[in-house]
Amino acid sequence: MLNSKIPAGKLEEKWTDYKGHCKLVNPANKRKLEVIVIGTGLAGASAAATLGELGYKVKAFCFQDSPRRAHSIAAQGGINAAKNYQNDGDSVFRLFYDTVKGGDYRSREANVHRLAEVSANIIDQCVAQGVPFAREYGGLLSNRSFGGVQVQRTFYAAGQTGQQLLIGAYQALERQVALGNVKMYSRHEMLDVVIVDGKARGIIARDLVNGKLERHFGHAVLLCSGGYGNVFYLSTNAMGSNVTAAWKAHKKGAFFGNPCFTQIHPTCIPVSGDHQSKLTLMSESLRNDGRIWVPKKQNDTRKPNEIPAEERDYYLERRYPAFGNLVPRDVASRAAKERCDAGYGVGTSKQAVYLDFASAIERYGRIEANKEGKEDAPIEQIITWGKEVVKEKYGNLFDMYEKITGENPYEVPMRIYPAVHYTMGGLWVDYELMTTVNGLYALGEANFSDHGANRLGASALMQGLADGYFVIPYTIGNFLADEIYNKPISTEHEAFAEAEKNVRERIEKLMNIKGKTSVESFHKKLGKIMWDKCGMARNEQGLKEAIVEIQQLKKEFWNDLRVPGEINEFNPELDKAGRVADFIELGELMCIDALNRSESCGGHFREESQTPEGEAMRNDDAFMYVSAWEYKGESKWDMHKEDLQYEVIKPTQRNYK
Amino acid sequence: MEHYNMNLNLKVWRQKNSNTKGEFKMYRVENISSEMSFLEMFDVLNEKLIADGEEPIAFDHDCREGICGACSMYIDGKPHGPWHANTTCQLHMRAFKDGDTIVVEPWRANAFPVIKDLVVDRTAFDRIIQAGGYISVNTGNAVDGNSLPINKDKADASFAAAMCIGCGACVAACKNSSAMLFLSAKVSHLALLPQGEPERHSRVLNMIDQMDKEGFGSCTNTGACEATCPKEISISNIAKLNQEYLCASLTSEK
Ligand SMILES: Cc1cc2nc3c(=O)[nH]c(=O)nc-3n(C[C@H](O)[C@H](O)[C@H](O)COP(=O)(O)OP(=O)(O)OC[C@H]3O[C@@H](n4cnc5c(N)ncnc54)[C@H](O)[C@@H]3O)c2cc1C
Ligand code: SF4
Ligand code: FES
Repeated sequence: MLNSKIPAGKLEEKWTDYKGHCKLVNPANKRKLEVIVIGTGLAGASAAATLGELGYKVKAFCFQDSPRRAHSIAAQGGINAAKNYQNDGDSVFRLFYDTVKGGDYRSREANVHRLAEVSANIIDQCVAQGVPFAREYGGLLSNRSFGGVQVQRTFYAAGQTGQQLLIGAYQALERQVALGNVKMYSRHEMLDVVIVDGKARGIIARDLVNGKLERHFGHAVLLCSGGYGNVFYLSTNAMGSNVTAAWKAHKKGAFFGNPCFTQIHPTCIPVSGDHQSKLTLMSESLRNDGRIWVPKKQNDTRKPNEIPAEERDYYLERRYPAFGNLVPRDVASRAAKERCDAGYGVGTSKQAVYLDFASAIERYGRIEANKEGKEDAPIEQIITWGKEVVKEKYGNLFDMYEKITGENPYEVPMRIYPAVHYTMGGLWVDYELMTTVNGLYALGEANFSDHGANRLGASALMQGLADGYFVIPYTIGNFLADEIYNKPISTEHEAFAEAEKNVRERIEKLMNIKGKTSVESFHKKLGKIMWDKCGMARNEQGLKEAIVEIQQLKKEFWNDLRVPGEINEFNPELDKAGRVADFIELGELMCIDALNRSESCGGHFREESQTPEGEAMRNDDAFMYVSAWEYKGESKWDMHKEDLQYEVIKPTQRNYK
Repeated sequence: MEHYNMNLNLKVWRQKNSNTKGEFKMYRVENISSEMSFLEMFDVLNEKLIADGEEPIAFDHDCREGICGACSMYIDGKPHGPWHANTTCQLHMRAFKDGDTIVVEPWRANAFPVIKDLVVDRTAFDRIIQAGGYISVNTGNAVDGNSLPINKDKADASFAAAMCIGCGACVAACKNSSAMLFLSAKVSHLALLPQGEPERHSRVLNMIDQMDKEGFGSCTNTGACEATCPKEISISNIAKLNQEYLCASLTSEK
């Protein structure tokens, strides 16, 4: 039943062949075709701008007050591209290979290869738009390394790469708005997809300022609505990030792919108390220079600087000598959890490990001293020079750490702990990025496609922009070419009326519970269940319990929720209530998926499936597939399998030792 | 870092919507940890208001990492509060002590009408960008990223200007409600790069024209914007903007 529409032919020729043969829409007809884009993050802004440039009539939506504030803005570390500017042996094949391996062989070869192919164009496009990437003294683009790879292919703009890339895409988008090709709806939330004759034909959106519901027609609908990490309540995602757009689509027939695949990022600032509303990432780029350690002694209460080198356990360097501190995220996160669970954690909560820059500072200081010909400068001077170098590289991250914790990371090692960061799962899409609903597409983090069971650092920005700038402009034509005879459907059509009615009734239902408990409390409870039982380590019994607990929580939610204010006004509590209601349903599906997949792979660690050394153990014979879940009514799903075929890469147990 | 708890009085601007008049209301919050962020303190207050059957205070926020530019509170007479180079979401409660009274208002400027409580409409900024804050290059038209080396100092200066998060604190801090710091940051970001060269003149003229239309005031060089900007956007960008403007006006054929 699932047709991934992977083109025939050799892997490295598939995309070129596809582009050479897909249907095209001529410019005069493009003007008659309307496309709805939900989301203005990297995926949505790049898609909306590019489709506008091509001449389609685009409507773009975001729930923030400006498209520039989409969650992509927060990405710190960088974006990968197979440019091989460093001459260190990088190539399209290597990027493809690293991504498939990093994803623990649970992604589609053809998609990943395409991603690697277009990666270089992304950098060119961004440079042309004026994205101020970091440069070397010679004026050429600079690169850094990220986890899970052995080449330097990550482009960056200090610790604000997402911001600079998004501003580039936002500028392109605003240019199309000025030209009248894109109409922008900010502070709007999509609350349903409208389906007519089996095709996505529009949406119901709510104006978040006055609460009014609106109907919008489109010949196609693109969901670029981001990931769902906030199902865990605490995550590094922006507060507003949510699953609602994807979930509504799911309930209208779009299958959900690999919902349980969640990425837990190893380096985040630890939780400081119950008041915590979100967690802050300390970019993976820090692992280029920071060394991770815990004391060798359990429950060691000494200050970090009082613990001598020989009493420190640099456990990543010890366990994984080949990759050291740069192992992939899932591996680094589990290793931190293992040390803390065993009693070696640091800080008041004991749920933290050190990320230490002392050796990097000294190393950089010595390089500076060499440059100046002052090798015998006193150590204090060397340290001062070293700090300057580190400041130039990571200054804004260090400042952020200090603002949050009140500690100076130039002097004392950072305390870090893993936190939910990204969701590899998402709406199932075929090679053309179309979901199982005709004319409904999913791009960026909202789809499941390219990262398998674990995403490599700096690859989400790459994927979002690849989807929006370079993939969808071709693949959507293949669908829209047959739509040129179809006139816009009036929003008076009964499908629109019906969808609007359902949305309205649900909002009224939420408002009318008039219980005692706030949305926030329910969200926290859900997060706790998910983190404890469907988090970094999962087992059969825990998942079964979680499913029961979530169903119970859902009952309580619909009986005891309190939403203050009114429907027809600016009401953030109401917006949040709808989102948490969807998160609760999603949470159940995630647990069901995690229960089904009794192997470990990538970020999904089933305690029952590990090697004697505690590494994740895949079971390719039984689980070499994407699980695509079809919604069948409340708490009911059917699973469809997309078998993964590896024609070029031979899956092996990942080894970073 | 030593932690402590505190009780605080909050004097907060409440306004139902853009058509009604607003007023200050007093609230008390107790047992606030010095480790909380300012917005987490507001979360605590809002939870209490909801429990008491009152309406929570509306405020804009999203990333809570100082990068999206959504948060926008005018705290004790300063946009984003007392810390230097900081956003509201990154302000932490250790900036305050037990017994303090904190006054919180929305950004105030004609071009930023209040939507509700502490939430204002900043879409004027988007329209200024629409007027020319971009480089006209369609997807697919780019040459190789390294075909045009860019002097590192220039690239760094461009980046420093591009750090602007579009929060509007500069406008809120300015007695004339001028948007010059925001606008100059965008103009410098693009003018410092060779890619921005072809549209250099039309860009600055059109953006300034739009800024005037939106009802922002003029710049009298008081420097309050620079002092308050969370990203330390330098006022020298305004000088650069004026230069660009003069140059563009002289050569403009309009
Ligand atoms: C702190 C942090 C740092 C990161 N750093 C990196 C990095 O260095 N490198 C890297 O490659 N990746 C990084 N990532 C991951 C990466 O940033 C994201 O995966 C990526 O930006 C997602 O982009 P997107 O366009 O898919 O979605 P988003 O940027 O999340 O955008 C979602 C959009 O959808 C809109 N939306 C959602 N629902 C609705 C609705 N119902 N109605 C209307 N609009 C809606 C929102 O308003 C928003 O505009 C990081 C992530 C985090 C959290
Ligand atoms: S210049 Fe500074 S204060 Fe003004 S919008 Fe930009 S970041 Fe905010
Ligand atoms: S909430 Fe994003 S900058 Fe403050």
